[in-house]
Amino acid sequence: MAIALGLTIPLFGMALMLLFGRWPNLRDTVMVLTAAGMFTTVLQLLPRVAAGERPSLHLFELMPGLSIAFEVEPLGMVFAMVASGLWIVTSLYAIGYMRGAKEKNQTRFYAFFAIALFSALGIAFAQNMFTLFVFYEILSLSTYPLVAHKGNEAAKRGARVYIGLLLGTSIGFMLLAIVGTWWLTGTLDFTDGGIMAGHVGHGMGAVLLVLYMFGIGKAALMPFHRWLPSAMVAPTPVSALLHAVAVVKAGVFTVLKVSIYLFGLDYMKELVTTDWIMYVAAFTMIAASLVAIQQDNLKARLAYSTVSQLSYIVLGAMLVSQLSAIGGGMHIVMHAFGKITLFFCAGAIYVATKKTEISQMDGLGRRMPFTMGAFLLGALCVIGAPPMGGLWSKWHLILGAADTGQLLMIGVFLVSTLLNIAYLIPPVLRAFLRPPKDGYTGGIREAPLLCVAPLTFTALGAFALFFLAGPLRGLLSGMFPA
Amino acid sequence: MIDHLPALQVVLPLLAAPLLLFMVRWPTLAWAFTTAVAWATFFVAALLLEQVWGGAVISYAHGGWEPPFGIEYRVDTVNAFVLLIIAGISAIVMPFARDSVEQEVDSNRIAWFYSAFLLANAGLLGIAITGDAFNIFVFFEISAIASYALIAMGRDRRALLSSFNYLIMGTIGTTFLLIGIGFMYMMTGTLNLADLAERLPEVRDTTTIRAAFAFIAVGVSLKLALFPLHLWLPNAYTYAPSMVTVFLSATATKVAIYVLLRFFYSVFGAEFSFGELPMDHVLMPLALLGILLPSIVAIFQDDVKRMLAYSSVAQVGYIILGISFATTLGLTASMLHLFNHAITKAALFMALGAIVYQIGGTQLTRMAGIARDMPWTMAAFVIGGLSLIGVPLTAGFITKWYLLLAALDSGYWPIAVFLLATSLLAVIYIWRVVEVAYFRERPADAPVVSEAPLALLLPTWTLALASILFGIYTALPVGAASRAATILMGGY
Repeated sequence: MAIALGLTIPLFGMALMLLFGRWPNLRDTVMVLTAAGMFTTVLQLLPRVAAGERPSLHLFELMPGLSIAFEVEPLGMVFAMVASGLWIVTSLYAIGYMRGAKEKNQTRFYAFFAIALFSALGIAFAQNMFTLFVFYEILSLSTYPLVAHKGNEAAKRGARVYIGLLLGTSIGFMLLAIVGTWWLTGTLDFTDGGIMAGHVGHGMGAVLLVLYMFGIGKAALMPFHRWLPSAMVAPTPVSALLHAVAVVKAGVFTVLKVSIYLFGLDYMKELVTTDWIMYVAAFTMIAASLVAIQQDNLKARLAYSTVSQLSYIVLGAMLVSQLSAIGGGMHIVMHAFGKITLFFCAGAIYVATKKTEISQMDGLGRRMPFTMGAFLLGALCVIGAPPMGGLWSKWHLILGAADTGQLLMIGVFLVSTLLNIAYLIPPVLRAFLRPPKDGYTGGIREAPLLCVAPLTFTALGAFALFFLAGPLRGLLSGMFPA
Repeated sequence: MIDHLPALQVVLPLLAAPLLLFMVRWPTLAWAFTTAVAWATFFVAALLLEQVWGGAVISYAHGGWEPPFGIEYRVDTVNAFVLLIIAGISAIVMPFARDSVEQEVDSNRIAWFYSAFLLANAGLLGIAITGDAFNIFVFFEISAIASYALIAMGRDRRALLSSFNYLIMGTIGTTFLLIGIGFMYMMTGTLNLADLAERLPEVRDTTTIRAAFAFIAVGVSLKLALFPLHLWLPNAYTYAPSMVTVFLSATATKVAIYVLLRFFYSVFGAEFSFGELPMDHVLMPLALLGILLPSIVAIFQDDVKRMLAYSSVAQVGYIILGISFATTLGLTASMLHLFNHAITKAALFMALGAIVYQIGGTQLTRMAGIARDMPWTMAAFVIGGLSLIGVPLTAGFITKWYLLLAALDSGYWPIAVFLLATSLLAVIYIWRVVEVAYFRERPADAPVVSEAPLALLLPTWTLALASILFGIYTALPVGAASRAATILMGGY
């Protein structure tokens, strides 16, 4: 019941927003209420899932054995909570940002935003790979107008790369893998321990794994990562919620789902390509960080940072240990809070000063202390430094690597962490330690309250997660019933 | 009455056609009468499909002359399904036709136009229902001549030339078919399809029968626009009146494909066509090229109607590909695509018809920003486009799914990859239109237009919703297609 309600609320909210398009205040109230309603509905599922239950909902059957159906398991629960919870914050932020930046077509923007959240929830709750695929594609399609929102040539070009890569990989590789899986095993249901063992030979399984991992373009494994920097032409609320949380996390969430519930960790250990993908992920992690260091545009730097951070989670899945898989699940949450804070800050800086480049940020800390303080906390969370939540996910990922004897990967995690520091801390240092280039002496002049309050909130959230990691880990270990 | 359903299926539109000549002065009456006939025909087709659903075969002897001496109409699930597609599309296109035809055809010719439409309809239904080889030829000619007239009635003067091209190519096609049928008659002394199927095995190792096979294969391939025999199609579809394009694109090539299936599988038998003769090795490369090249050509078209015409050639390629696997699964995919593509393409061409009605053309440059003025029409176009691409929860996806399974089932992994890659081409050419219509500003000098009238929108949306419905509720098309495939694999 809560599943159906959770899925209908965003659609209903979208209809109301379209209806109330002429009255911005009413429309925006509806949006916040919709987000809040969705989050509370999702939250109602939490006690049941935490108790080991798996609430489910069967909608309809397309072909015998192929259904649109939902089932909530721990990983999906976590993803759904993160996406819908951060939507509340983002919708408040979006009101401040869109009004502050005087963007056009706001109603259309919010409507597609709601569809994107609807599909993210569909992905989180999908009971089988087919349902997941359907919502995955809706998510790609519904975010296209958001990326192309500005409507100028640059936005359209970026959006074309975005949709081209996402649709291309998902149709070219993932759909092929799905049909292959169906043909070989006769089912696409997410099942504890996987469905491949005993049906699919190791050669074929190895091929399927490669198809899945590159087919899930939203996980941004190199060389299919270009869409993410391209998507940065979108207004910042989109970059923050969709391209730091909902869309990209849908990708790595799918990676974890496929690894754990389609392949099964035990089966995946026996595939030759598991190691190959692991090396690809390791390479992506380092290479994207190196690219990030060279970016002067703040959003571009954050985007490459996201590419790098997503590969942490893919790597966690490819290490095929329960610890690293749980670490990957935790990193979905930790990185979400850290990165959304950073994007909120980037947007706030843009709204307040129209600055987009890091080299322009000298002395900005005097003008926007709250924003830059939050930026520091978000950066620490992404780096994985105490006292932020990011510590724990990295901790588990590294433990997983140690557990499976992949000492090289421990090294990769450490090098990547150093690189994180190298590209995230300098903007903060510039802002606080250097004098303003333009000789600004006007005191504190922050972005609108609706921009600053959300980013302060998420920064504090990233801090709070340092203490909440225990329950989160407990919930996620439900992925592996004894 | 119920016993005479097979005869009624053809006789109804055939006899109604000349009656329209009495209504030349009252175009609206002509339209109403044609609509009534089209819906009655659809009703008959639905009843027929219901009767043969369980696997029964209806054999109807014309004038009481028992087959194989008289002309036999023979209905099984295969052609009942095809009949339903033809009759269904012509029924749904009629409400759309009224406004569209009124604008695109001279008013003193409207009754003639509908008369030709009913004749084309009768011809196509006749091809599908008859169990007699010579009868197939006759109905091919009836439908073809009527279609030439229909296309030529387009106001664009290029319609005349494209109709003439179609006439030449079509006549070559049917002549080849006739030669092939003649050869078979020479060797077996019969024209009844079932009888032919029985007698052919004795003589099938002769050069004459092989030549007959070749003539029929080429002749029908011309009619169904198999690459590279498709050259008549793009112009014919582009310059015909909108309603004719909707009707022909959804039915004419489909019926020719049915004839190909009948000859290959039922008359000659799969074993002969694909075992002794290497038809699979002939059809498969043609199908693959026929998917790839027209899809690429479609990307570079500036006229959206023409773009969809090339896409139709590519879709024929998908259907032929399924046939070339020579497996039940492959045939299921093909039969399914006959249905799914018919509703999808009809929806798309109807949306374009509505655009023609409002702005007078479908060139991309004229369609800039049109989605703001005609949101409902363009939304229907997008749904049709998604189904053409094969996005999940649309009819097109179901076909693609079966086609992929069929390719994997026959061990053709590369073809499965190819199919997915080419559906990306469809993404590109549909997306071009979407981007122009939604994300470009309406040019300042463009005429101010409003949404198309309800009479055009309702049929368009019916088909657009149908292409979603049949992507979710698949029992009817998949059930019919898989039954039809089993029957075809089993011989006559």
